[in-house]
Amino acid sequence: MENSRFLVSSSPHIRSGETTQRIMLDVIIALMPALLAGVFYFGLNALTLTVTAVIFAVATEAVMQIILKKPITVNDLSAVVTGILIAFNVPVTLPLWMVAIGSIFAIAIAKQCFGGLGFNFINPALAGRAMLLASFPAKMTNWVAPGADAVSTATPLAILKGGEAAGQALPGLWDMFVGNIGGCIGETSALALIIGGAYLLYRGVINIRIPATYIGTVAVLTFLFGGFDSSAMIYHVLAGGLFLGAIFMATDYSTSPMTPKGQIIFGIGCGFLTSVIRFFGGYPEGVSYSILLMNLAAPLIDKYTVPRKFGEVKKSA
Amino acid sequence: MNLWKDFSNGLIKENPTFRLVLGTCPTLALTTAVFNGIGMGIAATAVLIGSNLIISLIKKIVPNEVRIPIYIVVIATFTTIVQMLIQAFSPALDKSLGIYIPLIVVNCIIIARAEAFAAKNPVINSVMDGLGMGLGFTAALTIISAVREILGAGTFLGMPLFGESFEPVLMMILPPGGFLVYGLSIAAFNKITSPRKS
Repeated sequence: MENSRFLVSSSPHIRSGETTQRIMLDVIIALMPALLAGVFYFGLNALTLTVTAVIFAVATEAVMQIILKKPITVNDLSAVVTGILIAFNVPVTLPLWMVAIGSIFAIAIAKQCFGGLGFNFINPALAGRAMLLASFPAKMTNWVAPGADAVSTATPLAILKGGEAAGQALPGLWDMFVGNIGGCIGETSALALIIGGAYLLYRGVINIRIPATYIGTVAVLTFLFGGFDSSAMIYHVLAGGLFLGAIFMATDYSTSPMTPKGQIIFGIGCGFLTSVIRFFGGYPEGVSYSILLMNLAAPLIDKYTVPRKFGEVKKSA
Repeated sequence: MNLWKDFSNGLIKENPTFRLVLGTCPTLALTTAVFNGIGMGIAATAVLIGSNLIISLIKKIVPNEVRIPIYIVVIATFTTIVQMLIQAFSPALDKSLGIYIPLIVVNCIIIARAEAFAAKNPVINSVMDGLGMGLGFTAALTIISAVREILGAGTFLGMPLFGESFEPVLMMILPPGGFLVYGLSIAAFNKITSPRKS
């Protein structure tokens, strides 16, 4: 190539300021209200856990990329997002080394072993959470009530599910909305998550389709399964990790469908699985597993929802 | 020389677990404890040597069309013998292996070696092949089950390795841990044993 300046690369040719780094920075900014809420309700330990998770996620990313002889891309901040999301998915009482294992697993196994950013077939943060939940079930469900005293408590969903936690008083709706309930660090405050989601929507980082269809489907199905009880419906929508999952994890680019129709199918599928797990499954909460399951279906959904090309005629059957 | 080659073939070059990826069902299901892994490996080795021996002896008189059913009958015979021996001498192993002992009959490694090796080679070579394959299988099961038992239960052959403060990674003795350790050990095995690419 004598003069590479005249070579034209393949499309797209329009440059925009939208880089992975910028998108990830937006996501981090959007996660901040929920982090503040977590620190406010669960104390500084929530911050320590989050920082630990982020440090280990970034370090694992760098180490794996050195081992695999790939360019080191920790600057794109995607590992930071994964770290924050892992910390958001664990109870505040979790030992620091466990959240570190979660981060290492998420980045090393679920992300880098499959090719790194954009190639992971499941959401790394959720894979980390699922691994932690399978490995340390007691520690991962060791909920405490918000406040300095660390009184152990149950999540509203566990109370609804019955069993051990049955009989405990359900928290009020306002407490559920602002996050003054037992649960994972980042999932309790629907208000803070909605603020973050609104910022992402405003910035155009995520699209409303997946969160709206996901939350909507859960609302409709819990209304139906719950015997047409609208207060149970509101409880199910506000409780657990639904907002965290719907806004920040189901919308992960590489693990959700690309086509608009596919995204709607994806959201409905997530909502359906979440409701089914909550009402008929063994776990009180089903957001993480439902998203993981739909992640696996995302390539298939994309395949069947390819939009018709301009001028393409529908094949006669 | 040739016998040594047939024997060592199953250890590394065609390790049934890490290279041929055969017999994955017992590999995944039984490697939750080292005791189970070694027990399964030895049971399969015994069946493998016996079936390779007999199949190699009868290879001239077996009609080609019905060879698979005949192999299965031979393998099932040895499996039954092995099962009875385990029941008699080690009831504990029989209890923890359970259904997987009779399932040795349909273990791909044994059928594959019968079809690919014993049916074409002399008797002594077939026995050496069975021994090598069996030991390769046993070694692989031992490695995988050691990793899973140490991490998932904090013990080795039932002996506690760590103090009270050790928090076992339960996932390692659950099915996902089996797939995970299996995949990573195949990767490590290939990394170690493949010739370096320049």
